[in-house]
Amino acid sequence: MWGLSDVHVSGTLEVETALENLNEIKLMHISEGVLPVSILVGGAVIAVTGTAIGLRRLDYNRIPQAGVLAASFFVASLIHVPLGVSSVHLILNGLVGMMLGWGAFPVIMIALILQAVFFQFGGFTTLGVNTVVMALPAVLVSFAFHPLKRKNASVVTVISFLCGFFSVLFAALMMGFAFFLIGEAFFEVGTFVVISHLPVMIIEGIITVFCIRFLMKVQPSMLYVKKGVINARS
Amino acid sequence: MIESSFVDGNSLIHRLDPRFRVAMAIGISVFIALADRFPTLLISLLLSLVLVALARLGTMRVFRRLVVVNGMVLVFWLILPLTVAGDAILNLGPILLTKAGVLLAARLTLKSNGIILALIALMATCPVTAIGYAMKSLWIPEKIVYLFLITYRYIFVLEQEYQRLMMAAKIRCFRPGNNLHTYRTFAYLIGMLFVRASLRGERVYQAMCCRGFNGRFYLLYEFRASWVDWIFLTALSLVILLLGFMEWGMVL
Repeated sequence: MWGLSDVHVSGTLEVETALENLNEIKLMHISEGVLPVSILVGGAVIAVTGTAIGLRRLDYNRIPQAGVLAASFFVASLIHVPLGVSSVHLILNGLVGMMLGWGAFPVIMIALILQAVFFQFGGFTTLGVNTVVMALPAVLVSFAFHPLKRKNASVVTVISFLCGFFSVLFAALMMGFAFFLIGEAFFEVGTFVVISHLPVMIIEGIITVFCIRFLMKVQPSMLYVKKGVINARS
Repeated sequence: MIESSFVDGNSLIHRLDPRFRVAMAIGISVFIALADRFPTLLISLLLSLVLVALARLGTMRVFRRLVVVNGMVLVFWLILPLTVAGDAILNLGPILLTKAGVLLAARLTLKSNGIILALIALMATCPVTAIGYAMKSLWIPEKIVYLFLITYRYIFVLEQEYQRLMMAAKIRCFRPGNNLHTYRTFAYLIGMLFVRASLRGERVYQAMCCRGFNGRFYLLYEFRASWVDWIFLTALSLVILLLGFMEWGMVL
């Protein structure tokens, strides 16, 4: 009945067991039912504005390319990277921002809707806040990375590390700030969120450096987007 | 890595019109997010449990899903009883557990799980494509819906692309560990995934142009609501209305 949905029946997909899931508890999402209405509404307003800007710069014709790229981000963010005795998920919002600029807003929002549908991480009421938490740092980082076209390799290395690092740090800080806004009681929860993300920030920075250097060699056109237009041209 | 395991099934919920399911899921989520009093929250949780039972998803599977999603709730239980000011219920030397903190953590647990259970019952049972179509009929901008549908379409293709890259790495004796080599390998792998996605996107776009793509998507499926959908929606709205009266009626 649903033409497109037949795809997921293919048997090769790895089945995620509950035990695998346990050591990858995602803290980058604020769960449903935690935040008060004012923060939820505020987040939704910012998210809608950002998404509208991102969508306005995305031509109808470019939707197929943007969609395929968005899908690749979704898949990449499910990859486990070893860290200590456990493993972490990459967030990759820095890379999304560096490649898509304002396009990060719609892409991240769609990834979050899909995560809500597949895994019930987050849902409708927190969609706005969670989108802002991840997409706003992505857009900020894209401004920092944009003027780097003609700089030498070592500058790019440093800047891309900082982009990867700060995109997660900002996201964690914004999440911490959301908790801080609920009330004094949540201050420690916010602090916990920021501190628990410190290792992720470093790993994300390292991965971003290698990934950017790889893309500069292999497909530089993916990195230097004009005014944040989603442009997946090869 | 990705599965939508609750989609297959043949229950009352599975047969409901996706538009109605999405609307009801949004309604319940918003209500529980707004509600604050324990009686209301308990009954809402019960309501969500009834919905899950109606969807006949298997207790164990739903429970496993719940455990996974409750990571943040666990953090609340670990932190809030210690930090919220109030009367002590348990005094262990330097550690003081407060009643207010425990109540707050309990309330957040009820709210969070009430919403998640409603989402499992109503949304996770919905084919994702149908959710996309439903979004369109619920006045969500076309561009978002198209991007959503295309993204969903290619997630599985790119997941297999990732598996292929990973297999190529494993054939070359790649073993993930805590070292720079691992991170570099993963970074290149991710970079390659993006490059391939970008090239594939270009090809998809060209192929669509060849077939007359002019920037419009035509959704072929028309939803038709049956009387069961309307009865279900009405019943649920009434319950939520009653709960709303319970929650706020005394204040007004």
